[in-house]
Amino acid sequence: MAGGAGYVTVIGLEVHAQLLTRTKMFCRCPAAFGEEPNTMVCPVCLGLPGALPSVNREAVSMAVRLGLALGCVIERESAFARKNYFYPDAPRNYQISMYDRPLCTGGSLVFEDEGTEVNVRLERIHLEDDAGKLLHGRGGHSLIDFNRCGVPLAEIVTRPEIHSPRQASLFLRRLRQMLRYLEICDGNLEEGSMRVDVNVSLRRTGDDALGTRTEIKNLNSFKAVEAGLEVEIKRQRDELESGGTIVQVTSLWDAREKKLVTMRSKERAHDYRYFPEPDLPLLIIGEGWIEEERAKIPELPLDRERRFRREYGLPAYDAGVLTAESDIADYYEETANLTGEPKTSANWVMRDVLRELKSTGGDIGGFPAGPAALAGLIDLVKGGVVSNSAGADVFAAMIESGESAADAVKRLGLECISEVNELEEIVDRVLESKPDEVERYHRGKKQLMKFFVGQVMKESGGKADPLIVSGILRRKLGE
Amino acid sequence: MSGLAGKSVGELLLLYRDGAARPAEVVGDCLDAIDSRDRVAGAFLEVFRDEAMARAEELGKEDPGRLPLYGIPVAVKDNICTCGLPTTCGSKILGRYRPPYDATVVERLTAAGAIIIGKTNMDEFAMGSSNEYSAFGRVRNPWNEEYTPGGSSGGSAAAVAAGMVPAALGSDTGGSIRQPASFCGVTGLKGTYGRISRYGLVAFASSFDQIGPIANDAEGCALLMQALAGPDGRDSTAIEEDCPDLLSGLDAGLADLSFGIPEELGSWDLDPAVASALDEASRAVAAAGVAPETVPLPGMEISIACYYVIANAEASSNLARFDGVRYGMRENTGSLGSLYALTRTAGFGEEVKRRILLGTYVLSAGYYDAYYSKALSVREMIRKAYGAVFSRIDLLMLPVTPGQAFLLGEKLDDPVSMYLSDIFTTPANIAGLPAISIPAGLSADGLPVGVQLVAAAGREDVLLRGARGLEKLFRFRERSVPGGGDA
Ligand SMILES: [Zn+2]
Repeated sequence: MAGGAGYVTVIGLEVHAQLLTRTKMFCRCPAAFGEEPNTMVCPVCLGLPGALPSVNREAVSMAVRLGLALGCVIERESAFARKNYFYPDAPRNYQISMYDRPLCTGGSLVFEDEGTEVNVRLERIHLEDDAGKLLHGRGGHSLIDFNRCGVPLAEIVTRPEIHSPRQASLFLRRLRQMLRYLEICDGNLEEGSMRVDVNVSLRRTGDDALGTRTEIKNLNSFKAVEAGLEVEIKRQRDELESGGTIVQVTSLWDAREKKLVTMRSKERAHDYRYFPEPDLPLLIIGEGWIEEERAKIPELPLDRERRFRREYGLPAYDAGVLTAESDIADYYEETANLTGEPKTSANWVMRDVLRELKSTGGDIGGFPAGPAALAGLIDLVKGGVVSNSAGADVFAAMIESGESAADAVKRLGLECISEVNELEEIVDRVLESKPDEVERYHRGKKQLMKFFVGQVMKESGGKADPLIVSGILRRKLGE
Repeated sequence: MSGLAGKSVGELLLLYRDGAARPAEVVGDCLDAIDSRDRVAGAFLEVFRDEAMARAEELGKEDPGRLPLYGIPVAVKDNICTCGLPTTCGSKILGRYRPPYDATVVERLTAAGAIIIGKTNMDEFAMGSSNEYSAFGRVRNPWNEEYTPGGSSGGSAAAVAAGMVPAALGSDTGGSIRQPASFCGVTGLKGTYGRISRYGLVAFASSFDQIGPIANDAEGCALLMQALAGPDGRDSTAIEEDCPDLLSGLDAGLADLSFGIPEELGSWDLDPAVASALDEASRAVAAAGVAPETVPLPGMEISIACYYVIANAEASSNLARFDGVRYGMRENTGSLGSLYALTRTAGFGEEVKRRILLGTYVLSAGYYDAYYSKALSVREMIRKAYGAVFSRIDLLMLPVTPGQAFLLGEKLDDPVSMYLSDIFTTPANIAGLPAISIPAGLSADGLPVGVQLVAAAGREDVLLRGARGLEKLFRFRERSVPGGGDA
């Protein structure tokens, strides 16, 4: 939905990506999840008096890689800053973030919106540390788990250049894909390893001035981003059309009730009193470090998608599906290269492999049939050893047992019956047992050919090649 | 042997090496001295009697020559974390807080063979110049108990001056080692910013804070500094290069050192005792080699403003963590907001609250540029001015404070006058330079007066050599002992 007649929707995004470092941002505690509360902590991440932060170079490396992948300028000197606010999940009562000297500036992200390429420019990417988790309502008390406290976050801030909720969601999907390709964040919105804040305003068409913007937090899925924005845009438009004004507020999205809950208005906005973090020197990044990170960047989603179309002749849709995740793309490429049949391989991966992964919820890394196994099956089908229809059963058997295609075929006795004599006997048997249908066929009910083929296939236990069967049938039925 | 506690660090090391004393005797003597003198002095907040004795017995079995601070009892300012032992920062808000870790300096002292004998009184969170802002009672100047020992490391300076311990650690944010050292007639050293790790020092103003030694003489400071200094992966602001050798050239004399005296001193109304100490130092230097030259040092008059803006800004953020949620005292209430407000209202003293408010103000939207940003520019200007001075001379010589120690209560209701007594010490913190206070003589009231030397960044070796040279000329320790004591 756009802003509606007379309005342009203007959306900006702030995304927090939890980085997959081994240790925390400013101490050497493991950045581990699912552990007993307050076991992954030390004086530094607990903000104890006298403890001092020291920067995790792995986190900087990851953010530099992200910046390079998004075409940002990597600032040779950047500075950490303190963001001051009182809240129990931040044990120092300030967050160490970056303010006027972020690590990365500029850059952009490209995605496709209904066949049109959209390029959204970025403001900045900076590093900061995560807060702990509050657990409310245990016998009237609130408890704090600091295991997450200090885990590195990269904050990605876009310019206000997104013009619809759908675009916002497409941007986020592409960003998530990038983060996963770079292996720096698992991009899970539901679990909060990727967190999205949106700001939105409506601008009158032809008017240069931006409208007053509002913020929405707690958007835990792509769907929530779209739905939250839809609701807020409608609210703003109704307000403006009835002659009202927009007040700068921050709301939380209530996914269950599908409504926005106002959290705070501008009058109560924080003054974070940012100032340079005196415990950390300037972050200096030399050319050598940047080149080191550049070398670690894999082929990125858009490049890979384009190459799949060019090199393997895949349709845009297939290329998009197959490059959604880099490990699926790897699996596909290996299979296609082994078989030399890119389109057939694409069909198998998209239809059979992805469906199986979706139904089991597994990932390709642990998939029982690797690219070599799948390629073996595709070869058997191509060579006529297994019929296309029996192929699906063979595939199921391979996943079940982990055996090779050839072994599965043998075990199940699914080799094609290619002996014409054997097939002719079956055809004769079928035609003899169905005199009424033969009669009707001869009177012109030609659609019955399908029925005959089906009967022969059934008789053969699925081992016959349907093309050969229909050839024999036509001959026997006198055509 | 009695009087061991009043020996210098160097003297004790010699006694150990000659087999003339054992650590347990020295610690025993220190504990006796504390017992007899600290009831009046109030220098210690905590004495680790059993721990220190046990450690002394243990060390007694070791070879005295192996460890650079073998058997040296050291008192530690109470804003430096001691694992499992109370660390209060002189504040009620920390309650009986016991850190779960040792500060880097405590680890290094222990590794060097020193014995931590207790924790010393201080102005709350190191904010003050008289030690009167401690939540746990005042400290009295060992030379005259009507006077303050200075602050904020007043307990550490008084403990050394009163002969209760041969050395102590202080922290110096705007003069908090040098000023009490001067008031108490002992030697106090603040190194180059980053020379000693701050890990485990409860922060007041992170970009100024430095831990440093207080001892009876320059040699004692050098011996402690050498053991404390050096890179530390846990403090990113620690200097990555090793500390220069402070000991081998210590007695090389003043002959080839060039001294400068700030031209701007003339415009200051100095206490006669302070002025004459500086004159004496100047004459002594001239007699030993080259007369000090006067050097322009602009910015001294605005250094105080610059210092208080930046220091309070950092303090307002550093002290935010004391909120009653995780440790220390808590005023329990229904809501989170009032828990914060009541805990901090009850837990912090007036001076700390004053500085938190000032610091919060200068960082606030609309005031940041006028105060904080401007102060950062002034800081750069002062750094440059000092850089230029040290391209001409080796050591800058100036007073530690405009006057001698003041009476207890004298400046308590006049915070600005208290702040102004930091005028000669804050520039070294602003510029991050090493500086030392050495006792020069006594005022007409019989109170010690020191002089201050400042060296170029990283040149603690030059600084200590100059201090040692002057100390030999002043012969302060031989000529004077604190009145009322039996040292
Ligand atoms: Zn930690």
